[in-house]
Amino acid sequence: MNITEYFSLLFTDYTLGVITLGTAVLGAVCGMLGSFSVLRRQSLLGDAISHAALPGIALAFLLTGTKQTHFLLLGALISGLLGTFWIKSIVKKTRLKNDTALGLILSLFFGFGMLLLTFIQKLPNANQAGLDKYLFGQAATLMVQDVYVMIGVTGVSLFVLLLFWKELKLLLFDPDYTLTLGFNTRFLDILITGFIVLAIVLGLQTVGVVLMSAMLLAPAAAARQWTNRLSVMIFLAAIFGAFSGVLGTAISASQNNLSTGPVIVLVAAGLVLLSFVFAPQRGLLARRVRFYRNRKELNLRKTLSVMYHIAQNHKDISHPHAIKILNNFHGYTRKTLNKLEEKNWVEIRGNQWSLTAKGYQEAENFYKPNEAIQDI
Amino acid sequence: MRNEKLAIKIDDLTVAYDYKPVLWDIDLKIPEGVLMAIVGPNGAGKSTLIKAILGIIKPIAGSVKIFGKPYKAQRAKVAYVPQKGTVDWDFPTTALDVVMMGTYGSLGWIKRPGQAQRKSALEALEKVGMLAFKNRQISQLSGGQQQRIFLARALVQNASIYFMDEPFQGVDATTERAIIKILKELRDAGKTLIVVHHDLQTVPEYFNWVTFLNVKRIASGPVKDIFNDDNLTKTYGINYKVAINP
Repeated sequence: MNITEYFSLLFTDYTLGVITLGTAVLGAVCGMLGSFSVLRRQSLLGDAISHAALPGIALAFLLTGTKQTHFLLLGALISGLLGTFWIKSIVKKTRLKNDTALGLILSLFFGFGMLLLTFIQKLPNANQAGLDKYLFGQAATLMVQDVYVMIGVTGVSLFVLLLFWKELKLLLFDPDYTLTLGFNTRFLDILITGFIVLAIVLGLQTVGVVLMSAMLLAPAAAARQWTNRLSVMIFLAAIFGAFSGVLGTAISASQNNLSTGPVIVLVAAGLVLLSFVFAPQRGLLARRVRFYRNRKELNLRKTLSVMYHIAQNHKDISHPHAIKILNNFHGYTRKTLNKLEEKNWVEIRGNQWSLTAKGYQEAENFYKPNEAIQDI
Repeated sequence: MRNEKLAIKIDDLTVAYDYKPVLWDIDLKIPEGVLMAIVGPNGAGKSTLIKAILGIIKPIAGSVKIFGKPYKAQRAKVAYVPQKGTVDWDFPTTALDVVMMGTYGSLGWIKRPGQAQRKSALEALEKVGMLAFKNRQISQLSGGQQQRIFLARALVQNASIYFMDEPFQGVDATTERAIIKILKELRDAGKTLIVVHHDLQTVPEYFNWVTFLNVKRIASGPVKDIFNDDNLTKTYGINYKVAINP
């Protein structure tokens, strides 16, 4: 199946439709909530939470004996929340730094989870296999009920986000100040972290424990490059996430033996790369272009300022001078001179140049100090 | 004392990180309507004192009263200007948006800012000379401009007491002049201002009240009475000579 076949099948094949919708919704909710992680500089929290969810999955299986997604994800949710809680209290109550606490909990929970998984694999029970799909995810197992749950969670988190928009924005920017204005920052923190945990747990089935944090971070990091407005950033992150989900599913469905989760993550990473290079203003390319353009402009003005100093010695600013007196030391080339003429800053007659009134003004402004902010 | 009414009364305030005291048994009475500097060496607990008063840091002992009541009951009367370095200035927002945040407290939960809030934010921006920068992304502001934005955000709160943590840090002379002018205007309008300050040279010129702090409260009172070599030496530990005209 190639990509075009995939897209024609998308609307006729039920399973494919469900999977695509699922990954799109997952990408959108992760992008939206991931923006908060990125802006709070808590990017690694998502990674720790997703790893902390693994023992919950294994324990849920051991306790219930079923592999029903909902039971397993409930286990994941509980152990993910427990891990998050531990991280926060380690940071609060000991002198350990945030990254240390994250690393500790991540490896502790993940190690315990792996231990349980190997234990389960040795059990004399026909029902055991398949839990390891939660390591890297398996989008093909998405059922329509799973997608309904995802849509439900996305709807609720969008509602809460809009409801507490002002408070959450304040918390992101300046938590101490938020507290002094009388808002309960603990409540806001629990609210936003709770939704992030929920989104991670929902993604485990599709993307898996190991790669889940990329779903949160990549769309948000890409979106940040394109805008300087929080609302636009969150919206873009959701779009990027959904796009990664759809394109990732399409690519993996049209090739054999490409699992969906990693492909989705790679697509998202591709978006990050594109954004870093091509975004206006913040992109590497735009900055490079700006640098060269500024340098060119500066060269022009350098030549102009030499002319300005020469012209200053005469009563008539437009007194003609020989081109010869300008030389390479002053950044002069024939091209520069033509550019200056194009801008109407100088006039060239034969092998003589003269400054125009406009050029004189321009050079004068060049020497004025920066527009200082108003004294009041 | 020209005003007997107390804006802030602190009793036995002690703050510690682990077993190490940062503030030890602070008693402080700050009368209403003063422009007060808190001075002291690095690590003296100046910022901590402000944060403890504002409930950002929990003291292990002591009480703080704002106009005779606990801080929680008086939030609306208090505005805070944190140190500029405590926030991420690359946050995706504009100058106007940051100043609007000053109105969030009076709005309370959920309610969105409207035209009235926008108007008062614009007025505050004009007051600090930053109206022309209202739509500027905050990362594209200079250090002095960022400080002005923070001041404008506090002005919007229309409080009775202002706490400012090093508002002159990393700003140029123009901005420093502009800020002190606003602070003096606020004092003349009867507001109380508490400013963590580092430049001892300017204390007599800028402030009319001063608190010397070095873990303990060394002295507190009118600048003209207590800003002297004796207190400076007690606070900074070295033999201090004020080469300043009082």
